[in-house]
Amino acid sequence: MRRLEATESRRLAQHWADRIALSTTRPWRIMEICGGQTQAIVKFGIDQLLPPEIELLHGPGCPVCVTPLEMVDRALAIAARPDVIFCSFGDMLRVPGSESDLLQAKAQGADVRVLYSPLDALTIAKKHPDKQVVFFAIGFETTAPANAMAIHRARERGLTNFSALVSHVLVPPAITAILQDPEQRVQAFLGPGHVCSVVGTAEYLPIAERFKIPIVVTGFEPLDLLEGVWRAVQQLEAGEARVENQYSRVVQDAGNTASQALLREVFEVCDRKWRGIGSLPQSGLQLREAYRAHDACYVFEVRDITTQEPAACISGQILRGLKKPTDCTEFGKQCTPEHPLGATMVSSEGACAAYHAYGRGPIPATRLARGVQERL
Amino acid sequence: MCLGVPGLVVSREQEDDLLMGRVDFGGVSRKVCLEHVPDAMPGDYVLVHVGFALSRIDAAEAHKIFELLRELDQLSEFADEGPSPPTWEPES
Amino acid sequence: MTNAACPIPQSRYSRIVLGHGSGGRLSQDLLEHVFLPAFSGETLARREDHALLPAPTEPGARLAFTTDAFVVSPLFFPGGDIGRLAVCGTVNDLCVGGAIPQFLSAAFVLEEGLLLEDLKRIVTSMAATCREAGVEVVAGDTKVVEKGKADGVFITTSGVGVVPAGRELSISGVRPGDALLVSGPIGDHGVAILSVREGIDFETTLLSDCAPLVSLTRALLETSSDIRCMRDPTRGGLSGVLHDIAQRSGVGVLIDEALVPVRPEVRAASEMLGLDPLYIACEGRLVLAAAPTIAERLLRAMRAHPLGQGAALIGHAVAEHPKMVRMRSRIGGERVVPMLSGEQLPRIC
Repeated sequence: MRRLEATESRRLAQHWADRIALSTTRPWRIMEICGGQTQAIVKFGIDQLLPPEIELLHGPGCPVCVTPLEMVDRALAIAARPDVIFCSFGDMLRVPGSESDLLQAKAQGADVRVLYSPLDALTIAKKHPDKQVVFFAIGFETTAPANAMAIHRARERGLTNFSALVSHVLVPPAITAILQDPEQRVQAFLGPGHVCSVVGTAEYLPIAERFKIPIVVTGFEPLDLLEGVWRAVQQLEAGEARVENQYSRVVQDAGNTASQALLREVFEVCDRKWRGIGSLPQSGLQLREAYRAHDACYVFEVRDITTQEPAACISGQILRGLKKPTDCTEFGKQCTPEHPLGATMVSSEGACAAYHAYGRGPIPATRLARGVQERL
Repeated sequence: MCLGVPGLVVSREQEDDLLMGRVDFGGVSRKVCLEHVPDAMPGDYVLVHVGFALSRIDAAEAHKIFELLRELDQLSEFADEGPSPPTWEPES
Repeated sequence: MTNAACPIPQSRYSRIVLGHGSGGRLSQDLLEHVFLPAFSGETLARREDHALLPAPTEPGARLAFTTDAFVVSPLFFPGGDIGRLAVCGTVNDLCVGGAIPQFLSAAFVLEEGLLLEDLKRIVTSMAATCREAGVEVVAGDTKVVEKGKADGVFITTSGVGVVPAGRELSISGVRPGDALLVSGPIGDHGVAILSVREGIDFETTLLSDCAPLVSLTRALLETSSDIRCMRDPTRGGLSGVLHDIAQRSGVGVLIDEALVPVRPEVRAASEMLGLDPLYIACEGRLVLAAAPTIAERLLRAMRAHPLGQGAALIGHAVAEHPKMVRMRSRIGGERVVPMLSGEQLPRIC
């Protein structure tokens, strides 16, 4: 299995772009769910290859963006303790809490460590039996199996100095919330490829049926995204509303049953607050009672903090695809990646951060594909 | 979300009764937990996220893109596509 | 007591202690047994408080002067160490300005508890790199701080070189239409460092590209006088240099992702960790802007040199979108290359 060369990539991209243009007879609005897909679209300029009738809306698939402010503050309070080694994915280091962020906490002397894998936190816990090792377990269903494995192992091995601060979120409730909004504009979804590699595609069938909306489970390479858009357009033009799997090399309809079993063993579904959206019922994962000894929410006593988002922030509307980052009055002015006001500017893959980084503000993106009128 | 990268399983071993493997991502390799893809053997590709294999990559499905390229190649024998843009290739 | 096989004599201590920085007998010991034998040179051997250096004699020649501090961790990494880095960093800053580097100073801040063996390894490496670069260490200093106050050792090097008359290279001299070239694949150094960093570490045969660019820059400047500027893409990577060019020359920059050389290992590590090679540091590469008519000649000159094997034309300065760097992606769409704000951190999303 070799990597495609650039000439081949360009050729295939043009092939999909041509097919999409040929199939498109009317305007369509398609939302990609994953933050990683948003980043790829903006980074590779995928929307520039699409006919102007296709509008891509950016969804809420950024677990970093939607981590509640309270959880970040809790992380900071725990990290500040001298007996704690606080481990986290790099993504969370610059997410601002009410007053600070983990990077600043590190500068002030907290032992904050960036890890690639939650399993490495177990190694640190074994190496430092005199310290409390805490892992910031965020993410969608994709990251949940790895986090669950670390926590499960800690319990099995009696690693009493290891705990996890869990803030997992689930995709289907978010999509449902978006679709239930009367102002919502999404006509088709590009489904989250890696989430589905874990949970499978079954959860998306009732959504497609109930809301009559095509869902194409899509990968993350630019060619995956282009093919995903093409499949969505095919369904839209034909008036279909099925769940389809573009990412079949990675995703099986049943998902990974071993991972699903471990998730059921370690986690239970709970209500979860999504930054910028609000509380969504049954949209998160928390540790089961049996794992309380490794639940940082119980191991560490942290007083609850109430927080308030700045009034000008329209993150919620952006996450639901109702507005674009460029619709915001503060975009690029008061609100930048260095001084984020809200969820979608916070993480490097939030729609606002992606737009800001890749220059979607003052300079309009060049359209490489011609519109329907020009082609006739 | 979900930075997942395909990697080639080079070896497998039980580590403290957890199934682990050495996975090569193209010149860079790392130990990856294979516990949830127990049928992934050396020579198979797996999709890895945060040091954890989420699924085995279906080689046949993965090759479809090369089949598509071949089809396009055959079609383009009858069409003029113009010069290809230059590219840089690494020295082996 | 001297060991015939090792040029640096034995000492009583196996680790640095605070006394090594206090100017007394222990400091002398360090000088005589570690630094002087390695940096063997007449000027240093005189042990004055300053170095007396010959002034340039060519009318119109100017002195180039630069300084840099080195704080890399770990001290020893695949393909190099902090000592080699400290020499190359300063030497290369002189070379890219068209100077012939001649003299260096080296100031060491040592952490109490540093293994003397490690210091010797570092200093030996520095000396070897100096010989490779044709420069002499003529001044130095050592201080010791308490355990925990330095990452083993911090090194600051300053360097002096001579720029021949008539040579004017400047980052603000780039014009629309100028070709942008790079001397080889980007990101090797940064990824080599990451591969040994705790929590991120992975296995690779990739080595840092850390190297002095003296002969490569000389070869290029002998090839043509239509080179506008040269830079080494260290902190901030290739993107950092392209932004400097765009900002200082007031031009737009347009590069093609398909043309930017990146080794498969760097690509693999970047994908695994969610990093962008454009921002990853190199320590032995050149980025140059030159008149488009000489691009081919410069590429040939680079590829004929051991340090320029993977040289490539990556794009051009343009009149459009001044002060902005844009890149054509490998599938054809275009996007802005943002300036890095803060350190690139590994991501899962």
